[in-house]
Amino acid sequence: MENGFSSPRNDSFPAGLRVLVVDDDPTWLKILEKMLKKCSYEVTTCGLARDALNLLRERKDGYDIVISDVNMPDMDGFKLLEHVGLEMDLPVIMMSVDGETGRVMKGVQHGACDYLLKPIRMKELRNIWQHVFRKKILEIRDIEGHESFEGIQISRNGSDLSDDGHMFCGEDMTSVKKRKDFDNKHDEKDFGDHSSAKKHRVVWSVDLHQKFVKAVNQIGFDKVGPKKILDLMNVPWLTRENVASHLQKYRLYLSRLQKESDLKASFGGIKHSDMHLKDPAGSFGLQSSINTNQNDVANGRYQFSAHKLFGQDVDVKILEGDLKGIFSEHMPDTKKTLNADNPDPQETSSQMSFDHSFASLGSEVNYEAFDCRIWSEAPKIELKREHKPLLQLEDGFSQLPPCAPEHHVKIDKLHPVPSVTSGLSLTARDVSGPIKNEPLYAEYQSNRVSHVSPKKCESFPVQSKSHMVVNHQSYESVSTAISSMKPQGFNLSCITDFDYSQRNLKASDSTLAPFNETACLLQGDFHNKYFGLPNIEFTGCNDPSFLAEIPVHWHDTLTSDYECPLDPTEYSIFDQGLFIA
Amino acid sequence: MDGVAQLQKQLVDYTASLFQEGFLDEQFNQLQQLQDESNPDFVVEVVSLFFEDSERLLNELAKALEQKTIDFRKVDAHVHQFKGSSSSIGAQRVQKVCIAFRNYCEEQNIEGCLKCLQQVKHEYSLVKSKLETLFKIEKQLIAAGGSIPT
Repeated sequence: MENGFSSPRNDSFPAGLRVLVVDDDPTWLKILEKMLKKCSYEVTTCGLARDALNLLRERKDGYDIVISDVNMPDMDGFKLLEHVGLEMDLPVIMMSVDGETGRVMKGVQHGACDYLLKPIRMKELRNIWQHVFRKKILEIRDIEGHESFEGIQISRNGSDLSDDGHMFCGEDMTSVKKRKDFDNKHDEKDFGDHSSAKKHRVVWSVDLHQKFVKAVNQIGFDKVGPKKILDLMNVPWLTRENVASHLQKYRLYLSRLQKESDLKASFGGIKHSDMHLKDPAGSFGLQSSINTNQNDVANGRYQFSAHKLFGQDVDVKILEGDLKGIFSEHMPDTKKTLNADNPDPQETSSQMSFDHSFASLGSEVNYEAFDCRIWSEAPKIELKREHKPLLQLEDGFSQLPPCAPEHHVKIDKLHPVPSVTSGLSLTARDVSGPIKNEPLYAEYQSNRVSHVSPKKCESFPVQSKSHMVVNHQSYESVSTAISSMKPQGFNLSCITDFDYSQRNLKASDSTLAPFNETACLLQGDFHNKYFGLPNIEFTGCNDPSFLAEIPVHWHDTLTSDYECPLDPTEYSIFDQGLFIA
Repeated sequence: MDGVAQLQKQLVDYTASLFQEGFLDEQFNQLQQLQDESNPDFVVEVVSLFFEDSERLLNELAKALEQKTIDFRKVDAHVHQFKGSSSSIGAQRVQKVCIAFRNYCEEQNIEGCLKCLQQVKHEYSLVKSKLETLFKIEKQLIAAGGSIPT
């Protein structure tokens, strides 16, 4: 632990822990300040989320942990949570007087490391230091594990990935806590085969993120790709995967920003029509449409990816089968989970749908049979999240080219909805080879990813960082397998996802939505990762707008965590026709 | 001293009654425990903040419910806020009304909401006057040379 912690508090940790409290309620702010001071913590209070972000940005290393209320007038607490996770990578604890499961779930999905119910007791605050400690340990592991990552990736098997994924989430955290020595022993325990392959989370410090952003801007957002960024950043221990996953997150974040303004735009029923779903054979001239969709909150996003990806003749039919399966599986589950209170109906539903779609897509190698009809069926999943299905996907889907885009189902990603994941696993299975969706799905969405593209794993840690991490690993292995595939496959998946998501939007709840995003993201990342070309063939995928398309809202959960590892692998597989069921 | 002892007893009894009648709950105890030498007026300060904030919230609520077309989401947001802040000092009865209030908001029941608004205003003014009385006794006790029993 010593190495992990910065000097100031070494000797008397956790005393002196620097806490930033954000709450619009002045009474609570005062009480919390007093309570934290009694714990010997160093407290800074903030009544507005914006002020809090400014404070955090000014003093990059000035705080150890952030405690924030969920309901605030100027900014949603979950958004703040995402920002902090993305930019500063600090542990964030959410609080609220509302303890509804859905809200808590949302918090976790967005990356909160804890969720406290008001009225808060002293004893609950006394132990918040554990989150800081845990993070430090993980970071150290991450750094230490970097070297091993690369090698492992290649050797991973899909099957192992999924297992690891699960384990990682659950066990890793605990094992991390228990281990004071930073050797990676626990890795072995968690990851079985992957032992060394476990991906440690990279800690994206503000400086590192600044370098990243600078590199992205230098390259030009349109042409950006993990390899290019990595080269420009010139950080020796950083891997392309790390960058890819972070890029994904970043794109989500940007798209979310855009989405916010777009959300108001009519979801319009999936404007997929642009997507030319009708043309299976790679008539994805969607690309253009995709870009335009950005503004469409739900639709745009989906469309986007779909179009882009779709360069190949992916058969959507495959999706159909899977979707059905997935949906049915998920539906009951997703419904429950999805019914969380999501203010953004569109988002959630789209996400949800995506997830589903992805799930099916993931495994689906049957992309060839990508029928749009699948979509229509898939959407049935009524993930009734509070939002209404964003995209009337069903309608939209039919229009979407059955091709590949949907396949991408990479959605596995971050969808916390277990049901979804299961769906995904199905699809994964279909994929020949490494993709072991099954286990993945069980875990958070991230699991899904694992089978698809090992690369993405890194990005996963997004969320609370625990789940995501898992995925990475799995992805790693998978991606390797898939990477051999051509990028074409990739496109397919991208598109599929979108379509899928669109469809699902209707039916799905938010759970799906996140899925899409990830899927989209994956694609881009995947592509880059695997193919080493930032904007290669995937046209659609790599396109930053592509990612932006992903309805950010969906992924409340997704956003951060979603690293979409799956994308690349899935795509390639499709291409190869592996997905043929 | 008689005066001090008497005041102390008065304070203890009064506080106990507030708990018994459900005006205050455990959270208030927590606040009292947080008070120490570095912050001898902590409870009074916190409660004053609560009063200020509540007044503002109640005004917003009344305004929102006077609109021709009521925006229930907004009303619910205010009630939620009020619920949160009343939980901060342990104003239990106020909190309970807020819960019922939120249900009516969800159902978009105007009458129910208006009724709850009256109720919450009533409960709030009750707990406010009770707390003010409590603080007065405390002040008297201190002035008489005594100390607040913990």
